[in-house]
Amino acid sequence: MSMKYTNEHEWIRVEGDVGTIGITQYAQEQLGDVVFVEVPAVGRTVAKGESVAVVESVKAASDIYAPVSGEVVEANAALADTPGDVNAEPTGKGWFFKVKLSDKSELDGLMDEAAYDAFVKSLG
Amino acid sequence: MIASDNATLTETLLTDPAAGPLKRTPLYELHRELGARIVPFAGYEMPVQYPTGILVEHAQTRTAAGLFDVSHMGQVRLTAKPGQSAAKALETLVPGDIAGLQPGQQRYTQFTNEAGGILDDLMVTSTGDHLLLVINAACKDADLAHIQKHLSATCEIEPMFARGLLALQGPQASQALARLAPSVATMKFMTGAYVVIDGAECYVTRSGYTGGDGYEISTPAEATEAIARKLLAQPEVKPIGLGARDSLRLEAGLCLYGHDIDTTTTPVEAGLLWSIGKERRVQGGFPGAAVVQKQIAEGAPRKRVGILPEGKAIAREGAEIAIAGKGVGKVTSGGFAPTLGRAVAMGYVERAHAANGTKVDLLVRGKPVPAEIVPMPFVKHAYYRG
Repeated sequence: MSMKYTNEHEWIRVEGDVGTIGITQYAQEQLGDVVFVEVPAVGRTVAKGESVAVVESVKAASDIYAPVSGEVVEANAALADTPGDVNAEPTGKGWFFKVKLSDKSELDGLMDEAAYDAFVKSLG
Repeated sequence: MIASDNATLTETLLTDPAAGPLKRTPLYELHRELGARIVPFAGYEMPVQYPTGILVEHAQTRTAAGLFDVSHMGQVRLTAKPGQSAAKALETLVPGDIAGLQPGQQRYTQFTNEAGGILDDLMVTSTGDHLLLVINAACKDADLAHIQKHLSATCEIEPMFARGLLALQGPQASQALARLAPSVATMKFMTGAYVVIDGAECYVTRSGYTGGDGYEISTPAEATEAIARKLLAQPEVKPIGLGARDSLRLEAGLCLYGHDIDTTTTPVEAGLLWSIGKERRVQGGFPGAAVVQKQIAEGAPRKRVGILPEGKAIAREGAEIAIAGKGVGKVTSGGFAPTLGRAVAMGYVERAHAANGTKVDLLVRGKPVPAEIVPMPFVKHAYYRG
């Protein structure tokens, strides 16, 4: 399926009942050079809206929230050594973690690409 | 759930809403043209980074030369009234040895308050006829009022807040600037001179805020953009924003006012005793001298130290410093040091725990990160001393 987006500038791409989560192109551009990423432990149960990861640019640390509830089934350990992947390929190699969704209806509250693009435009 | 004091991503990305109209430096249009991301800083619209990003800008400044717009900083000229000494007058407000400045010499000092706290830190250069002060942007109106209140009887006080101030920093700064003004090549660290650049009379000092070699160039407002363009046309030079300015000064172990030093920290606590004149330590005569002298004699209750966290986590301003679970201080600046490829921090700890080699924990998002107190700077200074 296609990507969904949150107003916290995260994306989620769901295949089957597993969603892959990262930050958007807009977010990485605005953050600037990412120098540290902390991803959640595999097996952790997360609730929608819970702070589960951290992305740090040279200037600032930001929380990343779980866009959906479920269990973390994989985390991108490579980001520890190559945090710049988040800048280079925010929706590719720069993914953060994967969650096995406990409630797929939570996806309904997220934005599609057109809605997210309009949201970013509205930020000026 | 981990307790977190981070910003949300949305908060991080949001530009602060402007509190009142923001001012612009003479280079605002140039920054826009160069594709800078502009943010509000100390009441000005300033470039935080250019399109290449902070890491590239940082490396550019450490390996070649970077041009910074620091025109938001305040410049003030003091001239003694007949029968007076501007240096002696200024010494009533700062602990530095100003009377001992020879013409063309520059010194770093602080405005102190009656408790020995720091109202601002500043650079003072003697031209022989005048003293030139460079003060922090966020403090400049308060500093000017302070100077006017205390020095109006003895000095002519000329705020020159419209002038431009350019910092050209890095190991190739000298060869780049010398192409436009050959005399700067032989200037030594912490000296200043009037220099004509592109037909405009400028005041150049060999100093800066990166820990490396470089210059600060005070320019007439209307000549600033043309000079900046001439400098950027040199093959060694690229524009650098405030983001890299902060990572460069952090690596160099240099204090940022409002973070590492403020009205609650004394120069002794801040590790700035080197900037207090030897005679002045004995004779006093500056605000808070009794407090500072007592700390010199007995030791300060806390000290600013360098801290090297293990691993990759970054401890930022406000992170608690603990030993065996007990708080012993706080981080005042922390971040990623691009030259070292790792995180560094500085902060204040109780004197008993301030020795180099002391093992501490930094609390990052509620989790202890092992760290060690280390000497600063983190990256060796590379000043030109001739």
